[in-house]
Amino acid sequence: MLTRTMVVWVPDWPVTAAAVAAGHSPDEPIAVLEKGKVFAVSAAARAVGVRRGLRARDAQSRCPELVVLKYDPVVDARAFDPVIGCLEALTPGIQVIRPGMCALKARGPTRFYGTESAAAEKLLDRLETFDVPGSRVGIADGPFAAEQAARSSSARTRILVVPPGESPEFLAPFSIDTLERPALTDLLRRLGLRTLGAFAQLPRTEVLTRFGPDGAFAHRLARGYDDRPVVAREIPPELTRTLDFEPAVDRVDQVAFAVRAVADELIARLTELGVVCTTLRVEVGTESGRIHEREWLHPRWFTPADVVDRVRWQLQGSGTATSELTSAVVRLRLVPDQVDPVGAHVDGLWGGGPDERIHRALSRVQSMLGHGAVASVVVGGGRGPAERQTLVPWGDRPVPARPADQPWPGSIGAALTPSTIFPSPLPAQVFAEDGTQVSVSARGVLSGAPAAFRVGSGSRVDITAWAGPWLADERWWDASAESRQARFQFVTTDTRAWLFTLRQATWHAEATYD
Amino acid sequence: MLLARAKEQKAPEVSRVQQALDTAKADRELPTLPAVSELLSGAGLRGGSAYSVRGSTALVTALMAGPSAEGAWCGVVGLPSFGAESARGLGVDLDRLVLVPDPGHDWLSVVAALVDALTVVVVRPPGEVTPGEASRLAARLRTRGAVLIAVGSWPGSEARLEVESSVWTGLGVGEGLLTARQATVVVTGRRAAVRPRRHHLWLPGPDGAIRSVEPVHSIGEWQEEAVG
Repeated sequence: MLTRTMVVWVPDWPVTAAAVAAGHSPDEPIAVLEKGKVFAVSAAARAVGVRRGLRARDAQSRCPELVVLKYDPVVDARAFDPVIGCLEALTPGIQVIRPGMCALKARGPTRFYGTESAAAEKLLDRLETFDVPGSRVGIADGPFAAEQAARSSSARTRILVVPPGESPEFLAPFSIDTLERPALTDLLRRLGLRTLGAFAQLPRTEVLTRFGPDGAFAHRLARGYDDRPVVAREIPPELTRTLDFEPAVDRVDQVAFAVRAVADELIARLTELGVVCTTLRVEVGTESGRIHEREWLHPRWFTPADVVDRVRWQLQGSGTATSELTSAVVRLRLVPDQVDPVGAHVDGLWGGGPDERIHRALSRVQSMLGHGAVASVVVGGGRGPAERQTLVPWGDRPVPARPADQPWPGSIGAALTPSTIFPSPLPAQVFAEDGTQVSVSARGVLSGAPAAFRVGSGSRVDITAWAGPWLADERWWDASAESRQARFQFVTTDTRAWLFTLRQATWHAEATYD
Repeated sequence: MLLARAKEQKAPEVSRVQQALDTAKADRELPTLPAVSELLSGAGLRGGSAYSVRGSTALVTALMAGPSAEGAWCGVVGLPSFGAESARGLGVDLDRLVLVPDPGHDWLSVVAALVDALTVVVVRPPGEVTPGEASRLAARLRTRGAVLIAVGSWPGSEARLEVESSVWTGLGVGEGLLTARQATVVVTGRRAAVRPRRHHLWLPGPDGAIRSVEPVHSIGEWQEEAVG
């Protein structure tokens, strides 16, 4: 049994979505690019000959004032969400085929509004008031025929109804390309089958044996026998919690106190749904109009106390619990960004093993000292020892600041790495045999062999063995981040080993091998 | 009457069992690198005790490496200069390492909280540690069977280890690269030996491993190793 289907199509939806997101009017000549090629064009751009599939440069040569935007599927889908919402206010059970196109069963609205075209009119009116102009509606047997009907409806009437049972005849003259299966249609074209009607006349069993299940499905579409049902989209449960403060609150502990109840309720709701939250986004709106947003990860999942802790950390930054905020908080939003089924995180019969105990202890230290005070460490790439290690707050994803799999020319070999790296390098002086300060020329030539050094205002220490310079000329293309340095290893008479850096004629002790 | 007597008998029994449990936990020997256990006159790191290490972060790491390689969690408190890459090279698993670079003035509570969950906790106290503070933590260490490694002095420590001097391999005059070192470690035990003992230790050797330097009769072997 075929479902009588109504398809609502908003032409050039990617253009509308991208234009609104970028702050342009959809009436301007706009092209949306994907992988360097035109993916969608606005009506104004189409009028001057910009077509889908053109390269960006060709499109711009046809229309110099063309606004070029990048295609972002996320923006596309997100912008379409309110449109669906507005249609759902009229009739439930809407299936999103892709952003810009959705299907619904025609029976319900038809019965309510009298005729199929009356129902379609109603939907179009609704979209018009929602500021989505120029949409079209097609009604036929099955989603595929309805989609083609919507696409071939004229811009003036905007509605095309294919009477029940006439879908095969309606589809017959369409090009084989409407199946959107390039591999299959290429072959069919070489067989001389250029329309859906011609393809539909092939015997069913032959198509199945020659082209497989996907070919057989395409054949069913071409025959106008599209028995896919219309499945209403599932509305995700509303999990975002918003807290408004009236009057605005300017102390961290007051906010934390208010959040407590909301956090309890949110986590209870998640538990009810059988899920746990592993990523939480906290948005804080302040009186000054700014919104501070941060995403918090959790190595296990959030409990109400964890939620309160995250809010507190985000608010206080480096301050203490009773310190005043720089700007009073007027609104707070908790958005569970990632939720997992509780079964994926369930404890074993004998508890969650040592990791849970460790996590609890570390969380306790975090709530004493702040989020960033407890860190795991990850080693990445880089030239200096300090660059090579990154501290990541406990619970966040351990990602090194610089990738380890790059060559990093100029770094010292990894035979022995310094065990103490000074958080800020200690200023030092290095002397040659004759007592002058050692320097390195632009070509890496030393002014004299290092014989002794002094760290800070300490005493002079003699050098017994040394090696260097290891030259690193980093980011010379960026004037603000540029750094040219030479590194040296020294062993001193008191049998200690050091790593020194010379940068802009100043010496620093960077690390020791103690 | 009978009940009261039974109770009286039971009370010391319970405490004895508790005591036995405590000592059982405290006597637990942690997996230790062979070279480190030679430093500790043949014994491993004893769960529930504190060790004091001076003058070398690498030696601290060497103590930590044994338990860490066997799956224990380690914490480092108050050492913002800790070199993680070197620790990894000496055998510490960074996946099970936690750093608290700046514990603030209440460092003792931080250490106590970590001792509850982690097996090895390294701490550099910001100032002098009073015997009272040390004994408060010692009780906690004993019940948890954790090991405390203090960078600097620590009252009542099981052993004091100090790197006295080092001989470095690989660096010439204007050439080469540091590859290995032989450290002379002075160990002062609490009970075993009052007289400090000296040990020679590759920290690390040319192959990156920590092991004892062979006794004098195999000098030929050393030279081969040093060259290779």
